[in-house]
Amino acid sequence: MSSATTDAGTRNEQQAEQALAKQPGRNGHGGSLWGLLAWVVGLLFVSPVLWMVWISFHSEQDASANPPKFTAPLTAVGYRDFFSGGQSPWPSLLNSATASVCSTILVLLLAVPAAYALSIRPVKKWTDVMFFFLSTKMLPAVAGLLPIYLIAKHIGVLDNIWLLVIIYATMNLPIAVWMMRSFLAEVPVAILEAAAIDGARLPTIMTKIIAPVAMPGIAATSLICFIFSWNELLFSKVLTAVVAQTAPVFLTGFITSQGLFLAKVCAAATIISLPVLVAGFAAQDKLVQGLSLGAVK
Amino acid sequence: MTVAVSVIAALALSSCAGYKGAGGIGGGSNSINVLMVNNPQMVDIQKLTADNFTKQTGIKVNYTVLPENDVRDKISQELSSQAGIYDVSTISNYEVPFYAKAGWLAPLSSYVAADTAFDQADIFPGMTKSLTATDGKLYAEPFYGESSFLMYRKDVLAAKGLTMPTKPTWQQIADIAAKVDNAQPGTRGICLRGQVGWGQIFAPLTTVVNTFGGTWFDQNWKAQVNSPEFSAAVNFYVDLVRAHGEAGAPQAGFTECLNNLEQGKVAMWYDATSAAGSLESKDSPVAGKIGYAPAPVVKTANSGWLYAWAWAIEKASKKQDAAWKFISWASSKDYENLVGSKLGWTSVPAGKRLSTYDNAQYVAASRAFAAPTKTAILAADPADPGVQPRPVPGIQFMDFPEFSALATTVSQYVSNAIAGQVSVQKALAEGQKVATRETKTYRSH
Repeated sequence: MSSATTDAGTRNEQQAEQALAKQPGRNGHGGSLWGLLAWVVGLLFVSPVLWMVWISFHSEQDASANPPKFTAPLTAVGYRDFFSGGQSPWPSLLNSATASVCSTILVLLLAVPAAYALSIRPVKKWTDVMFFFLSTKMLPAVAGLLPIYLIAKHIGVLDNIWLLVIIYATMNLPIAVWMMRSFLAEVPVAILEAAAIDGARLPTIMTKIIAPVAMPGIAATSLICFIFSWNELLFSKVLTAVVAQTAPVFLTGFITSQGLFLAKVCAAATIISLPVLVAGFAAQDKLVQGLSLGAVK
Repeated sequence: MTVAVSVIAALALSSCAGYKGAGGIGGGSNSINVLMVNNPQMVDIQKLTADNFTKQTGIKVNYTVLPENDVRDKISQELSSQAGIYDVSTISNYEVPFYAKAGWLAPLSSYVAADTAFDQADIFPGMTKSLTATDGKLYAEPFYGESSFLMYRKDVLAAKGLTMPTKPTWQQIADIAAKVDNAQPGTRGICLRGQVGWGQIFAPLTTVVNTFGGTWFDQNWKAQVNSPEFSAAVNFYVDLVRAHGEAGAPQAGFTECLNNLEQGKVAMWYDATSAAGSLESKDSPVAGKIGYAPAPVVKTANSGWLYAWAWAIEKASKKQDAAWKFISWASSKDYENLVGSKLGWTSVPAGKRLSTYDNAQYVAASRAFAAPTKTAILAADPADPGVQPRPVPGIQFMDFPEFSALATTVSQYVSNAIAGQVSVQKALAEGQKVATRETKTYRSH
């Protein structure tokens, strides 16, 4: 976004740093112990992913060796098989991108105004509305699978990527509304009042005042929605077939009950995780702002 | 910001009007959709289709491949709703009879009669029979077929001064397993599947039950899971795998056992004949070291199973003629020759045609296992696999729809018995309860 938001971001980070620095023990002996613990826990969480990447560079025989061979020669055969195996991975990657990006945009278009009406100008009984949103997540997704399949078959939208766009948008909307509400609740009312006194109307307030302040929140929400849609398997497996197959379904296609597949699957999983990682890194500074925004208040 | 987002969204939505997905190739009038299991033979056909079948016929083939359990779910979902998305799917001789009876498949008999080049008489007669429904019509064509046999390391047995009998009994196999167990460091006696699933542990185990004189059900649909013969077979199997079997047996399926034999972790393996192609391929560390013996027996003359992955056409398909052209190509003699010359003769989707075993090049490349495979498939008789009459055909399964769920449930108990968590007696007592309950629902149909 514009330089104004970047400045605001830097300021927020500084505030967060200062707030953290005031905590006792941060720079003392205990601090380094906590730091070490944080690193250990962090590495513990990342280790399966690193293992996956490591295995993806092995031959099939070495990848399935038990106990694992740490000194096995590295090879990119798994990646070659992924790109030039039986099926091209590009259509399914493109489908995943379409489903994730479009559903995320749709979610934001609906969630931001909804959150506005639930925090800045709360509607009557807004807590009930919030609960209603959340209650839609209480039904296990699989319970809706068969009805959705049958409806989709009857109206002829099976194997159509726009069906997934709509389903993912409806699946992520409650989470997005909840997240956006808590972010918009952080916007100081004084700024809005000042803007209103200066004659700014709602569209201006939305775009010029709220959007920059809520940007970290919007970024965090979009990333979550993007990740959920990108990784969704249950619905895409049942509702897509030839044309609209998404990347996670394509990934499961490498598993076979006859023969070795670990290296190939690890290579495929690594590549399919990349867009999410890239999106995560791109939004990293916004995410930190989003987190620290809560910390200083 | 919101304006920018709405503009992008509007652009994205409008530019994609009518766009269904990036597959982009589906739905064309001259293309068919094929849903198939991800086995090595299916990976090969994907590589060969564009330059051969599509070039010759102009028909484009869009494949969807999924792992075995997923593909079964997807196929039953597709066929039961007759969604009409897939023209051809890979099913097995287990599903054909009741899928045909349910009216989900298009009969192939008239296509076969018109397509003389396909030469149905060349397909193993037992295989044709097992893909024919009770109405006498043929509903699927095999892509490749298999039976089961015993694979063993000739060098490991020779080092111990042991020879494999030409027609081994299970007791002889247990004795050999005890003698070769840990004869070389880290090499166990035998690999037998222990993984949960009707298609995993109960594929080999049901053949053992058959030859011990047991059966899941007698002719009157009375469950026989805790009968003395069934118990003796399962006790024998569990004892053998616990005493001399592979490490991690409760989780071991086909793939794990293939790995174990290739990596020298077991000396013997009783499983599908189609494993031999992998064991003898050029990048296999044990190529040339494996001997092949018929499926071990006790009370029956032979006990190998019969299985085929076969192509079937969905009844709701609007492109049945094109679908038959594809099947006729994929299951043809010419396709076998194509795979042999392009990818190597051990990769041929064999086990379905008599002529394959007269092909000099195939026999030369697969001399270690070609004859044992042919013998095993010809000997398998789904109509009479045990010592007693059965209500439905089937060797490593019984051909009714509920069998898969029933055997999978019972397999959990048996797998636990292999893990040492329950006794075999208790496992089979539970199995008997489930089987009795299951037949009540089945027979009430």
